[in-house]
Amino acid sequence: MSLINRVVNPKFLRSALPAASFVILLTAIFYLQPRAMSYFGLNLMLQYAVPIALATIAQMFILTVNDLDLSIGPFVGLTASIGATLLADDPALGVLALVACIAAYGALGALVHWRNLPSIVVTLGMSFVWLGIAVLILPTPGGTAPAWIKALMGLKTPWVPFPIIAAAVIAVVVHIVLMRSSYGATLRGAGGNPRAIERAGWSLLKIKIVMYSAAGFFGVLAGLSLIGLTSAADAHIADRYTLYSIAGVILGGGEFVGGRVSPAGAVIGALTLTLTGSFLIFLKISPDWQIGAQGAILIIVLALRALIKRREA
Amino acid sequence: MLKKTMIALATAAVTLAVLPAQADTSGKKIALSNNYAGNSWRQAMLKSWEKVTSKAVADGVVAEAPAFTTAENQVTEQAAQIQNLILQGYDAIVINAASPDALNGAVKQACDAGIVVVSFDGIVTEPCAYRIAVDFKKMGAVQVDYLADKMADGGNLLEIRGLAGVFVDDEISAGIHQGVEKHPQFKIVGSVHGDWAQDVAQKAVAGILPSLPEVKAVVTQGGDGYGAAQAFKAAGRPTPLIIMGNRQDELAWWKEQKDANGYETMSVSIAPGVSTLAFWVAQMILDGQKVPQDLTVPFLQINQDTLEESLATTEAGGVANVEYSLEDAQAVVAGK
Repeated sequence: MSLINRVVNPKFLRSALPAASFVILLTAIFYLQPRAMSYFGLNLMLQYAVPIALATIAQMFILTVNDLDLSIGPFVGLTASIGATLLADDPALGVLALVACIAAYGALGALVHWRNLPSIVVTLGMSFVWLGIAVLILPTPGGTAPAWIKALMGLKTPWVPFPIIAAAVIAVVVHIVLMRSSYGATLRGAGGNPRAIERAGWSLLKIKIVMYSAAGFFGVLAGLSLIGLTSAADAHIADRYTLYSIAGVILGGGEFVGGRVSPAGAVIGALTLTLTGSFLIFLKISPDWQIGAQGAILIIVLALRALIKRREA
Repeated sequence: MLKKTMIALATAAVTLAVLPAQADTSGKKIALSNNYAGNSWRQAMLKSWEKVTSKAVADGVVAEAPAFTTAENQVTEQAAQIQNLILQGYDAIVINAASPDALNGAVKQACDAGIVVVSFDGIVTEPCAYRIAVDFKKMGAVQVDYLADKMADGGNLLEIRGLAGVFVDDEISAGIHQGVEKHPQFKIVGSVHGDWAQDVAQKAVAGILPSLPEVKAVVTQGGDGYGAAQAFKAAGRPTPLIIMGNRQDELAWWKEQKDANGYETMSVSIAPGVSTLAFWVAQMILDGQKVPQDLTVPFLQINQDTLEESLATTEAGGVANVEYSLEDAQAVVAGK
């Protein structure tokens, strides 16, 4: 196959689109604000992408098994609240509470599968439960993040800023586990063709529990990394993460059904989302238009993908 | 041409004479990071900022002073916004914060980058930032002090509170109760939540009135005085002395009563123009002047003799406002 053929190959275009949108956005930012093109600048702009990337990976696990998680934002808020209170005051109790959170997520997966409930309804309900517990733990904004988390998130790595290294590590680790391992293929198969997986002798119940627990685990990581940046918590700190995470997965080339996901794409999607905020501020767009402009960027990327998909078909 | 230059030189000489040893801030950039713009107080706050800073920019006091508001009242969004403002190279960032603690990470980064951070109204707790806080307790206490001055014999009070569970409501109410302890001739005989809204206050007061003895005065939190007056009128009871909260409808009602029967009261609240105080404080710090880390916002108090003046400058549906000048800011910093 010649090079040109390979480049215009829809499959290639499709997988290159997330990275391409990211690079275009970054170039535009560097053009608007040359100061951003530095270790310091990239560090500042991408710091908050780390918790979003982790939440996006959590959402991706749920999407892999054809479910949707509308509670990840409040859940991250809860784990952040636990991190800034229990974990800081009494590490053993804090770890226990966080493990309980992950177990609760696993149990949700079991419930969704066992009673064949729509995940949207279950997680929408749970979002209020998570928020309620978070408010109980931390009635007013405050708390203190444990020093080691702050130190980790504020790490000054040589040459490459920490957020970029963290994003790469997240993408590579999840890619190896989900895309390269044989069990990962089974997990994805549960979204692509559940019946075949079940006939092959795998337990769908177990798969759902594994995927929901993994989502819970990454939700915890998102919450902890977030307080590492803010140094204190607020029950509402991550309310927007629900939509961010869904947008991140989709921007990164994932699909709502069929187990078609891409961990690297999802991480890049999260970075892209974070950059749109910086881009709009550097453009000095009036605040009234900012949220609309953010939506417009999303729609443009998705429209491009739809175009490519049509050629693929 | 020559004449113009001479005038310019003369002006410069006068300026130098009046403001000795000032660093030049004409090249400095100050940004406003605001978390919410969804009510009349915040709208007035942004308008005041725009008005005062555009004049300051035109006069060459600072190079630019744009305002940025986050699309949603979200901590993470404002933190990212502050980081982007750091990158933009602003010399000072003035913040009305979404959370007192959760922005500390971004605020610390700004300080570390050599940026002056001044928070007001919604203040941040990060020690490196400057704070212009509202003394809500005092806002409650001054009401009872005023009443004690007015009514030596004391009497029964009705308290209208704000939105239950909100920090501001607890603080103002605590201040009122402190005031009552200080002036034991007063007794709070009833307390209702008016949610800082005239219609809610009216309903709440109408509900409690039948169970109350004679009420001499009503202590309030702002946005509830007019509703209280309507409830007293509807119940056919004599109108007590109602403390007002600088809202236009309250001032208009007060004026009407004053003209009709010489009604006397006072009105107190925080002027949305406090954003401009924060602007001048930031400018003073950039100027190299010594400013204490913690400042307190002065109240905007309207008295019998300043009522007409305040009412004339307050838009219908708005809040009485005042924009601060550099001199005002200097007075606040000096603790006067």
